Amino acid sequence: MFLQQLINGIVIGSVYALTAMGATLVYGIMRILDINNAGAYALGAYVGLLTYNTTGSLLLTFIVGMLLTGLYGVLVQKLLYVPMLDKSPNVSLIASIGLFIFLSDLIRMVAGPSIKGFHAEVPFSSIYTDSLNINGAWILIIVTTFLLLAVLWFLLNKTKIGLAWKATAQDLETAKAMGVNVNMMVALNYLLGYGFAAAAGIMVGILYSSVFPTMGDVPAYKMLAIIVLGGLGSPVGTVIAAMVIGLAETLIGGYIGFFLPRDAIAFVVLIIILLFRPRGLISKN
Amino acid sequence: MYEIVVAINVGIFVVLAMSINIITGYAGQPTLGHAAFFGIGAYTSAVLSSTFGLSFWVSFPLAGIIAGLVGMLLGLASLRVQEDFLAITTIGINFVVVAIFQYVPLFGASLGLSVPRPTFFGQDFGNVHFLVLVVGLILFTYFVNRRLENSWLGMALGGIRNNEMAAAALGIDVNKFKIIAFILGTFLAGLAGSVYAHFMGFIMSTDFAFLTSVTILSMAVIGGLGTIRGPIFGALLLGLAPEVFRFVSDYRMLVYGGLLVLMMRFQSQGLVGDDSYLWNMITRKKSWFSASTKG
Repeated sequence: MFLQQLINGIVIGSVYALTAMGATLVYGIMRILDINNAGAYALGAYVGLLTYNTTGSLLLTFIVGMLLTGLYGVLVQKLLYVPMLDKSPNVSLIASIGLFIFLSDLIRMVAGPSIKGFHAEVPFSSIYTDSLNINGAWILIIVTTFLLLAVLWFLLNKTKIGLAWKATAQDLETAKAMGVNVNMMVALNYLLGYGFAAAAGIMVGILYSSVFPTMGDVPAYKMLAIIVLGGLGSPVGTVIAAMVIGLAETLIGGYIGFFLPRDAIAFVVLIIILLFRPRGLISKN
Repeated sequence: MYEIVVAINVGIFVVLAMSINIITGYAGQPTLGHAAFFGIGAYTSAVLSSTFGLSFWVSFPLAGIIAGLVGMLLGLASLRVQEDFLAITTIGINFVVVAIFQYVPLFGASLGLSVPRPTFFGQDFGNVHFLVLVVGLILFTYFVNRRLENSWLGMALGGIRNNEMAAAALGIDVNKFKIIAFILGTFLAGLAGSVYAHFMGFIMSTDFAFLTSVTILSMAVIGGLGTIRGPIFGALLLGLAPEVFRFVSDYRMLVYGGLLVLMMRFQSQGLVGDDSYLWNMITRKKSWFSASTKG
């Protein structure tokens, strides 16, 4: 029973980690809270579904979904977020909320308001024993999350791009002066960030066998709780915070039977932890 | 009359936009959970009058006081949790408060609460009475904003907004002023909540959800934060928008989201904020006018 809850928590934590990673990467460089990341999550799920229905290939589903959504991110940063960099943080925050509302409604108009089925054949078979029950889609989620995070870790820690990313995150102006192509870094940042959100959207679509226009609503705010808990802008902190929230939701919901709905648990955890560690679990200073 | 109903609803949001202006505009503290305090006021008033049978005239001020007390707690928290961390914490407070309304039986849980109409010398409140009440509340909020802007407190708050460290170095008790701003802003939101509850006659937790907070902040920002005219203008504009855009009701959210994006991209100081295109045009005309009358 405990093992089952633990695995549930890790699966949910993995989805949260991927969803929030995009927002963390964006915050790391731009210092803006980009709620529209949750829009990328829904967009990615729809593009993924369309790709899967036309090609039937799961690999292509992820590649096309992530790539197209990533390109949308590049477009958005160029036209919207970069020109706002010197404004108050309220400005970009409200713009991102507006864009998220706009995109959700656009998806509703184009694809229709009803729930669409996403029945993908998962290359992993389910494991069923007396005490344990592991869905094939869960294995897909854990494996994909691990792969994507490993690629990100390699990119950030072992390559020149990663060094440039860290330099830009620390001080954009100085990095520019030192010859880092900052525009390129910001664009790449959005390509990766929105791509990750799209991957999370596709995985949730497969997990629940459905996509719908408002599917980004709950991730939109939970993602914020996670990136803040992780210390804003710290990729490692984000993964830890995502697991903390995922496990807290399943364990508290499963054992204690919290009197509040599951989606409020993330924020209760957030508020309590922030009062003790006001700059998140992993803070920079 | 339908116009009066619209006017009361928009008026409540004028109060809300002016009250968030004290916290975000004057003291510069990000708040994305203002609807929580609007809701605390509404539910306090609803429970006191429907469950405990208190008169509206008792529960109305109490709604403001309870909201202000919770706001004081948030103010205390804001000394520790700051900037973007604070913004997200306020979103969290909004979600937790709504969840409590939705799950605790005292607050009607998912069924909502019905609220009795207030009476005034034995006479039931009509819509016109509500309009008078709302206008009174707007004037009171305006007066508070005005006092803040012109007082030592307002200057101190402006100092905090522009540069907290410098303000502290000049001997301004930053912490005290921040907490005062939170108390005042949430107190006014609580009063607005009480009026809303009694006017609507029925409230549900979803009335005070995160999207309502976004709407309130958007009104203040679209009009122009840190000014008095800005939040009033923004609340009138966004409040009347559903009436004006009725013909595009199916694409309402699309238009709303798109407008927010365009506004923030091209007029982030607000439509009538300081140094905005529109405000520059108005003030230039005025100075030209006064110059010509003088000459």
